[in-house]
Amino acid sequence: MSVETPRTSEEPAGTQEMAAPAATAGSGPSALSRFLGGSATRNLGLVIALVILCVVGLATAGERFGSFDNALTILRLAAVVGVVSVGMTFVICGGGIDLSVGAIVALSSVWATTLATQTMAEDIHWIVMVLTALLVGGACGLVNGLLVAYGKVAPFIATLAMLASARGLAELIAQRRTQIVRDRSFIDFFGGSVIGIPVLVIIFAIVAALGWVLLNRTTFGRRTLAIGGNPEAARLAGIKVERQTAYLYVLLGLACGLAAVMLMARTTTGTSTHGQLLELDTIAAAVIGGTLLSGGRGTIVGTVLGVLIFTTLTNVFTLNNVDTSTQNVAKGVIIVAAVLLQQRLAARRRST
Amino acid sequence: MAGIVKRFPGVTALDGVDLDVLPGEVHCLLGQNGAGKSTLIKTLAGVHTPDEGTITWDGTEVTLGHPQAAMDMGIATMYQELDLVEGLTVAENVFLGHEKSRFGFSQRSAARAATRELLAGLGHPEISPTAEVGDLSAAGQQIVSMARALSRKARLIVMDEPSAVLDSGEVERLFDVIRQLTAQGVAVVYISHRLEEIRVIGDRVTVLKDGRTVATGLPAKETPTSEVIRLMTGRSIEYVFPERGTTPQDEPLLVVEGISRRGEFEDVSFSVRPGEVLGLAGLVGAGRSEIVETVFGARRADAGTVTVGGRRLRPGSVDSAVSAGVGLAPEERKSQALVLGDSVAHNISMATLTRFSLGGLIDRGAESEAAQELATSLELRPTGITREIRTLSGGNQQKVVLARWLLRGCRVLLLDEPTRGVDIGARSEIYALVRRLADDGVAVVVVSSEIEEVLGLSDRVLVVGDGQVLHEAPATELDEHQVLDIIMRGDAA
Repeated sequence: MSVETPRTSEEPAGTQEMAAPAATAGSGPSALSRFLGGSATRNLGLVIALVILCVVGLATAGERFGSFDNALTILRLAAVVGVVSVGMTFVICGGGIDLSVGAIVALSSVWATTLATQTMAEDIHWIVMVLTALLVGGACGLVNGLLVAYGKVAPFIATLAMLASARGLAELIAQRRTQIVRDRSFIDFFGGSVIGIPVLVIIFAIVAALGWVLLNRTTFGRRTLAIGGNPEAARLAGIKVERQTAYLYVLLGLACGLAAVMLMARTTTGTSTHGQLLELDTIAAAVIGGTLLSGGRGTIVGTVLGVLIFTTLTNVFTLNNVDTSTQNVAKGVIIVAAVLLQQRLAARRRST
Repeated sequence: MAGIVKRFPGVTALDGVDLDVLPGEVHCLLGQNGAGKSTLIKTLAGVHTPDEGTITWDGTEVTLGHPQAAMDMGIATMYQELDLVEGLTVAENVFLGHEKSRFGFSQRSAARAATRELLAGLGHPEISPTAEVGDLSAAGQQIVSMARALSRKARLIVMDEPSAVLDSGEVERLFDVIRQLTAQGVAVVYISHRLEEIRVIGDRVTVLKDGRTVATGLPAKETPTSEVIRLMTGRSIEYVFPERGTTPQDEPLLVVEGISRRGEFEDVSFSVRPGEVLGLAGLVGAGRSEIVETVFGARRADAGTVTVGGRRLRPGSVDSAVSAGVGLAPEERKSQALVLGDSVAHNISMATLTRFSLGGLIDRGAESEAAQELATSLELRPTGITREIRTLSGGNQQKVVLARWLLRGCRVLLLDEPTRGVDIGARSEIYALVRRLADDGVAVVVVSSEIEEVLGLSDRVLVVGDGQVLHEAPATELDEHQVLDIIMRGDAA
């Protein structure tokens, strides 16, 4: 637009001097929160929510909630959702969405437990099952990624199509039967514990830690946030937006494959009904954790807290014999509340 | 309208504008890009609320809080960027927002009939009311936009460059419609860069400059062109332009040969030597941004080549341009250059990430050190690099974009409207910076709508109009009047 034209013939220097103190004053009160990375204050809110939830759990279910075993149960349940949620955080940060995660988990679990795969695993090692699941998950993610990045299909549509076809394919392969995992050593490994901590929880912790490093400390993470924050600016800065987008869906696909392995170990089955409504839980966890659905902003810590809050909530409800239908209503309310709160916070941050 | 003032954060877009329009007249609004024309008509349309000043309608003072209020009063606006919904039919667009309905059910046949009548009145009975607007040509869409304004039974119609997409025959028909309207007592505010059109259709002229009215009520037919141009040019404030160095005589670094893009520009060639600043002058829509974006590979050329230091760039590949050492500071800084929610440091390092990484891990210490160094040397205010970039002023945001390419060590820098939305103090700093870069051997291309800026900053100037290079000369041999004259004559052709 046009030039600022001071009516009095001030020197340009005067305008600048006026601008400087105003800016310093603005940085005053929120300097601490900015130092903490901005998201830290929001994550603090999530921690408080989690603590309140635990207090409610203790008050209503007492010992049954407070036991060490129950804590492990919560964590074990959180682990599967958590691994996928970390991947989902990347996709959403990059400006996308993936509705097909549940279906990909189902397909991976089925493919990894077919007679053929299991026979091969018996001959070689159970790692074959793991690799199969990862390969299937990664391939599904690659298809999603190629469709979105190069086919320019809206992520919502591309992954909706994958949701339908991956679950359909899983049903075809399994012929709607539940396939039992026969390899004891597989179940023993993933179902076991190391110094009292379930392996599933350890995997979740490792994935979360790697996810955090990837998002916050690598060029990959930086590019993800850039293409989600402003794809045009990223493109004009020389970032390969299409390729990066495709990578994100592959990453999430691999996370789904891993989640399938974890689910196979926990339930000792591979079935086409695995991972139902997983897309809901993972997107909700990311959003509650402060990931911006429009992309460009999100934290792994927030997502992990989101997963824990969701799982703990389910646990508290279950211990109090609240039926699942009521639980779902409550979940819906919580998602909306979290998003509304997030918007308020974002608006306030912008105005300071 | 009297004494209208409209401020936006960082800029005062309107600074005391007066405009009075009589029933049945065609009042023309003239002014260079950025003079405040668009802001003024948006104020009139109720999109912006003025910070000061009054709007008087039919003898009473009114407040136009929102677009609907303006429309209800009888003010209709045809925007330059057509505001039609492409997926809807012609009739649906015409009656958008005031659908013909009874008991909540839309009366589609009535709307179609009324639309057919309006289009016939505009001399375009061939446009079907049931056609989808997205399928129409630009001119056709313009007609629909006009039919929409008429459907409102408006008493004042504001037309922002309605002729820009029309050919001469269509312009004639547009004028016929305008004459019909004014005969019925409807007032028209007509904005155009084409002086000869104003001579034909206009009654009185108001000239805007730097957000102020510099002349109002001039007779459109008699005021000499030189007088109009004189009013449009010249400035109340003088910019400080850095001194030019000696013109270098090296081999050209950037050579653009015969690039074309259908419908945007044709057969454009130029070259820039290291240390030279080349300016592209022209009006909005002349194809300047399209040209630099094509050079950068953000758009793919239909024909022609771009070479940097003897190396030919892959057409349509930003990557190829960036690795050859080309940088672009795009026109729309916020939407094209910056990740607004991210920090200054991250925005600076965006094009250079691999330099700070080892095996994908970013050395954040080195990154912030480099960013801080640049922030200090460019006198970024505030100097903190962890700040969110959206909190910075326009001028400082622009410095960040420049810093990004400085960090990359660019050999060719393309600057599209480098001082848009930048206040006057920061402008001089950006000018100085551009010159400093040139002195360091960078080949710079500057695009600006402000002719004075192009002339003051560049060594050599290309005047661009309607997608063609109209003129080329050393900056010192041109003045603002000449450039404007070339553009306006070129437009007429």
